[in-house]
Amino acid sequence: MDLLTELTILVLAAFVGFEVISKVPNTLHTPLMSATNAIHGIVLLGGILIIAESDGFLSKLLLVIAIAFGTINVIGGFLVTDRMLEMFKKRPKPAEKDQGSEEKGSEEKTEPVAEAQG
Amino acid sequence: MIVSASFLQDPALIRFLYIVAFGLFIVGMRRVTHPTTARRGNHIAAVGMAIAVVATLLIEEVGDYGLIALGIALGTIVGVPAARQVKMTAMPQMVALFNGVGGGAVALISYVEYRDFLDMGGNPPAEELIPILFAAIIGSISFWGSNIAFGKLQGLLPGKPIGVPGQQFVNLALLLVAIGAAVAIAAGAESEGLFLLLLLAAAVLGNTVVLPIGGADMPVVISLLNALTGLSAAAAGMALDNVALIVGGIIVGASGTILTNLMANAMNRSIPNIVAGGFGGDGGAAPGAGDGEERPHRSTDATSVASQLTLADRVVVAPGYGLAVAQAQHTVRELADELEKRGVEVSYAIHPVAGRMPGHMNVLLAEADVPYEALKEMDEINPEFATTDVTLVIGANDVTNPDARSNEGSPIYGMPILDVDKSEQVVVLKRSMNTGFAGIDNPLFYNENTSLLFGDAKSSVQEVLAAVKDL
Repeated sequence: MDLLTELTILVLAAFVGFEVISKVPNTLHTPLMSATNAIHGIVLLGGILIIAESDGFLSKLLLVIAIAFGTINVIGGFLVTDRMLEMFKKRPKPAEKDQGSEEKGSEEKTEPVAEAQG
Repeated sequence: MIVSASFLQDPALIRFLYIVAFGLFIVGMRRVTHPTTARRGNHIAAVGMAIAVVATLLIEEVGDYGLIALGIALGTIVGVPAARQVKMTAMPQMVALFNGVGGGAVALISYVEYRDFLDMGGNPPAEELIPILFAAIIGSISFWGSNIAFGKLQGLLPGKPIGVPGQQFVNLALLLVAIGAAVAIAAGAESEGLFLLLLLAAAVLGNTVVLPIGGADMPVVISLLNALTGLSAAAAGMALDNVALIVGGIIVGASGTILTNLMANAMNRSIPNIVAGGFGGDGGAAPGAGDGEERPHRSTDATSVASQLTLADRVVVAPGYGLAVAQAQHTVRELADELEKRGVEVSYAIHPVAGRMPGHMNVLLAEADVPYEALKEMDEINPEFATTDVTLVIGANDVTNPDARSNEGSPIYGMPILDVDKSEQVVVLKRSMNTGFAGIDNPLFYNENTSLLFGDAKSSVQEVLAAVKDL
């Protein structure tokens, strides 16, 4: 692929990035940052691409580290984002509590929480 | 060109899979921008990533599968438990850390790629060499800068700005060294030593740029580094002629830039300002009132707060990072439930940068099952403070500082704040009279309608809750 084709792709994709992201509610900024963070872990492909053609112990060692880093970035990023977004899911009705979090859920939360004001 | 060994290794198939992969990235990210579809969106993007990895493994020139598997296994062993076990409050530094390793991967790959070219007889053509140099510099800055950000947020390093005299000149000199080495290589010097010098200068620069930045600015810095890592990944993609890398990287670069801007705007800080030195980093460290310790303030106790709250019609909770650190979000929700039973209307005032990152407080409160509708953004809640009887400020400081509105000498002058001081009564839950994360005194604490309840946020709220139940 020649340089100009690559630059074309680069510029168009940048605009897609701007467009997709510009309409995010404040509340989703942290999960979004985390999700985009996971996506740049794609750099692990770079390590996969060149490890065979790179000779010498040092090069191979550095690339294994790079692949491991990229994998941490990807897997960790997506998992953490999922954990955050899980909390945004609509609760059926707050009547039954299913609090599995590390907080001891020993409170007597019985009646439905008032849905505040709109 | 060797004839493809099999259908699966057909370059056209691989290119096609890449198109599917970044199509999924874009669709996925689009969904992450809506609360109801966000989780699915994240899954879709993850599937896209899996496809991109599989497609790359199919490429004919790819080999050394054992080592690749080793790298992926190591990354999984480290990444999965880290992501599973991290507390919601520690999310920002986790993002910083994940971002850092991404940048580290870019820097390592650039370095090895350059070594490969030297082994094959010399510098590559400029269209590959320049992206390699760019990726190396940015990747190295991002790796070290993110690690410092992690250290600061995790408390391993002091959150306050750490400055050395002549900071700006040191940074400039380091940047010039890195760029100088890059220019020398691009001009024809074939030297692994120069490349290492470039990586080293960029590494030190990553440290010296982030160290002087105060904790309050850290979210913007992490977001900026996130964008930079994306750009460096895109550059690596150009060097390696890999479309998936180019597209994936630049999308992050673009979105990260927007996010950085949004955050900086919310704090009324300019990005160059932040990078040039944190709050107090310029020596003008004495904001507003320097005699903070001696000014009179009213302290109160849990029982009085409980009666204030139960007598109120409208209560607003203004949560900050202190609430998160104390893990008080569940207790606060219980208190709100208890008050609503008594007919008090409770809502939450969410500053855009409450917590450590935009949206961070929403995640924490969602974790505690606070109803989504009770969370109000700053612009929505600010006009309502005038009709609010009691505002409960829990572990928030700088985002409630009236100096940001009125005191031009204050380092945070101009930053949009929650106008909590306009409500009839303000109760501030605070650990002590120490200044906040940014190290700035807050006149709110000395107002006549403000009373202070000292202690750990969680135990204070528990005491108030118990007192409310007793009434």
